[in-house]
Amino acid sequence: MHDVMTTGQESDFEIRIRPNQGWLRIDLRALWEFRDLLALLVRRDLVARYQQTALGPAWAIVQPLAMTLVFTLVFGKLAGISTDRLPPVLFYLCGLLVWNYHAQTFQLTGGTFTSNVELFGKVYFPRLIVPFAVALSNLIAFVIEAAIFAIFWCYYKFFTAAGAQFGTDARLLLAPLVLLQVAAVSVGAGLIVASCTAKYRDLRHALPLIVQVWLYLTPVIYPLSKVPARWQWAMALNPLAPPVEMMRFLLLGRGEVNAGQYFCSSALAAFLFLAGVMIFQRTERTFIDTV
Amino acid sequence: MRPIIELEGIAKRYRLGRIGATSIRDSIDRTWHRVHGKSSDGRLAKADFWALRDLSFAVNRGEMVGVIGQNGAGKSTLLKILSRITEPTRGEAVLRGRPASLLEVGTGFHPDLSGRENIFLNGAILGMRRHEIRAKFDEIVAFAEVEEFIDTPVKRYSSGMYVRLAFAVAAHLEPEILLVDEVLAVGDAAFQKKCLGKMGEVAREGRTILFVSHNMASILALCERVVLLKKGKLLGNGPTQEVVRDYLKSTIEEEIVDLEQRSDRKGDGSARLLSCKVESVDSGHFVSSSSRMKFTLAYKSDRPLRHVRFLVTIYDYNNTGIYLFDSDAVGGIPEKLPAEGVVTCATDPINLTPGRCYINLALFRGTAMADHVEQATSFDVEADEFYQTGRMPPREWVLCLLQHQWSLQEGPP
Repeated sequence: MHDVMTTGQESDFEIRIRPNQGWLRIDLRALWEFRDLLALLVRRDLVARYQQTALGPAWAIVQPLAMTLVFTLVFGKLAGISTDRLPPVLFYLCGLLVWNYHAQTFQLTGGTFTSNVELFGKVYFPRLIVPFAVALSNLIAFVIEAAIFAIFWCYYKFFTAAGAQFGTDARLLLAPLVLLQVAAVSVGAGLIVASCTAKYRDLRHALPLIVQVWLYLTPVIYPLSKVPARWQWAMALNPLAPPVEMMRFLLLGRGEVNAGQYFCSSALAAFLFLAGVMIFQRTERTFIDTV
Repeated sequence: MRPIIELEGIAKRYRLGRIGATSIRDSIDRTWHRVHGKSSDGRLAKADFWALRDLSFAVNRGEMVGVIGQNGAGKSTLLKILSRITEPTRGEAVLRGRPASLLEVGTGFHPDLSGRENIFLNGAILGMRRHEIRAKFDEIVAFAEVEEFIDTPVKRYSSGMYVRLAFAVAAHLEPEILLVDEVLAVGDAAFQKKCLGKMGEVAREGRTILFVSHNMASILALCERVVLLKKGKLLGNGPTQEVVRDYLKSTIEEEIVDLEQRSDRKGDGSARLLSCKVESVDSGHFVSSSSRMKFTLAYKSDRPLRHVRFLVTIYDYNNTGIYLFDSDAVGGIPEKLPAEGVVTCATDPINLTPGRCYINLALFRGTAMADHVEQATSFDVEADEFYQTGRMPPREWVLCLLQHQWSLQEGPP
C-alpha cells in the first residue's frame, strides 16, 4: 500500500499511497520506527489484563496449577494415561507451559482485527505491532509459569525418589529456540484466523473449539511415544506436537522426537508465520471498509 | 519545490453489497446464487458506491488548507486514505513529509492507565518517539491543565479533563503534515479557542495542515485555501473567502426544494404547493440550536383563493411532532390571496438539540385539504453556543432546549 523511500534533499522520505499491490509488502522500516509503540502496547496489555482482577498476575500461577491438578486426577489416576515414567505433576506442568503460551497467544492474535476496530479505524501504524505485542506480553505469564515449574522441578529432583528419573543439562539452553518456534506457530495461525474473522465474523465462535481440539491433538496430556507408530507421521503435521515433546526432553530429559518430525514441524512453523503475516498484510489494507 | 501532498486521480469505491462482515453461510449462499445467475437477496444487485472520483489536487509546504463539503461529499474518505487507514481503489497520492492524522482525540487511551502512561501510549500511536514525548511531556501536561492528576488512571478523569489531555498530546505532535478531522467539536468553548490558537501556531511554524470541518467560522479563521468536494468530486479549489462563499451560495440555492414532482401527495388539488425553502435567518445556510428560521412556500392555483390556511409541521426522526406553524392560529395571511404567490413564515429561536428534523407541509382552503406533502424536506440542526458553555444534551436524550439558571440556596435544607 505504501512504500517509504528516500529521495532528494527536499525531505527525508516520501510515502506513496496507491491501491493494492502484491502479497509481500512488509514495511520493516515502519515496524522499526514504531518500536516504542511495541513496548507501550506490551505494557498496556499487561495492565489491561491484570489491573481489575483480585489476584492480578497470580492468575498465571493458579491456572496451570488447577489444570495440572485436574489432569493428574482425570487423565493420570482415572484414565491411567502414561506420563512417560515422570512424576505426573511435572509432566503436565511442562506440557502446559508450552501449551498455555500457545493457546493465549493464538486466541489473542486471532482477535487482532475484531478487538481493535476502534483503533484501526482512526489512526495508522504498522498493524503487525499489535499481534507482536501480544506475543511479547504473553511471555510474562510464561516466565511466571516457568518459575512455578522450576520450584516443582527442584522439589521432585531433590526431595523425592523420582528425582533419579529425570534431569537436564546444557540442552536447557535450547529451550528459548523451542519457544520461538511455538511463538511462530501461535502468531502465524492467529494472524490467519484474524484475517478470516475480518471477513467472516462467525469464525470467532469457532476459535475456542479450534483451541480445544488442538489441545487433544497435541501431546500435552500424553507422551508422543504413546501415539501408535502408524500415526506418528500425522503428529509431524501438527506444528505444535514436536515442540511440546521437545520441551519435555529439554527440561526433563524424557521424550521421543525424531529428527524428521522435528524438521517437518520447524518448516511448518516458518511457513505458518510467513503465510500469516502475508495474509494479514493483505487484509489490513482495506479491513476498515468492511466494518 | 514539489508539493508536499499530491493527489492524482484518487478514487475510492465501496461495494455496497459487501459492506459489513458476513458469515460464511451468507458467502456460500451468494456464490451459489451468482453461479446460478440470480441475486440471493438483492444485495449483489446494488451498485457500487464511489465515495471519491478522480480527485486530483496538491498542497504546498506550509499551507493550511481546509476541506469542505456537505455530508457524503467524501471528506472523511479523503482523510482516511491520506492517513493510510484504508487504501484508494485507483490513483495515487504522494506525501513528501512525515504525516500524522488526527481523526479523533485520545485514540488508544486506556482507562486503567494513568494520565502519564496514556500520554506516552497515545503519543506512540500517533507516531511520536519516546524521547520526543519525554521532551514535550511537561508542556503537554500544562496545556491540558491536569498536573495534579497525572498519575491517576484516566477513568477517574472528568470528561473535560479527558478531552483536554487527549487534545494536548495531539497538539504537540510535530509532523510535517497534519491531517485533522472535526476534532475541535469537543470540549468547552474556552478550550476550543485554545486548540484553534494552537493550530494557528502550528501553521505559522511552517507545517502543512489539511483541515476538514463543517465549521465555516474556523475554516475562515485558519485556512488560506479551501478545497470543496461534492459527491466525491472536486468542485472548488482556491482562496478561502471565495470558495466558502460559492459553497454557501450553492447550498442555499439547493435548498429550494421543488415539490412539483412529488406525486405522493394528498388533498383535492385545487391549490398546490410548488416549492419550499428552509433557511436560518441569522447564519444563512446552517441551522443551529439558537437559529431563528424562515420557511418560504410557493403555491399555485387556477383562480384567486379565499380563507387559505398554511401548515408547516416539524417532526423528529421518530415522527414525533415538535412544532406546528399554523397560519390560522397566528394570523398574518390575508383573507384573499392571488392565484399564485409566495408566503413566508419566520420563527423565534428554535431551541432544538442537534439532529435531523423533517417537515410536512399542508395547504387548506377553509376546512378542505387542498394539498399535503409529507416529508417535504428535512434540515439538520447543528450544535451551537446555546448555553454559552459549549455543551448541550444530545438528541437521544431530549428534543428541546430551554434557558435556565441553577443556584445554591445557602443554609440547611
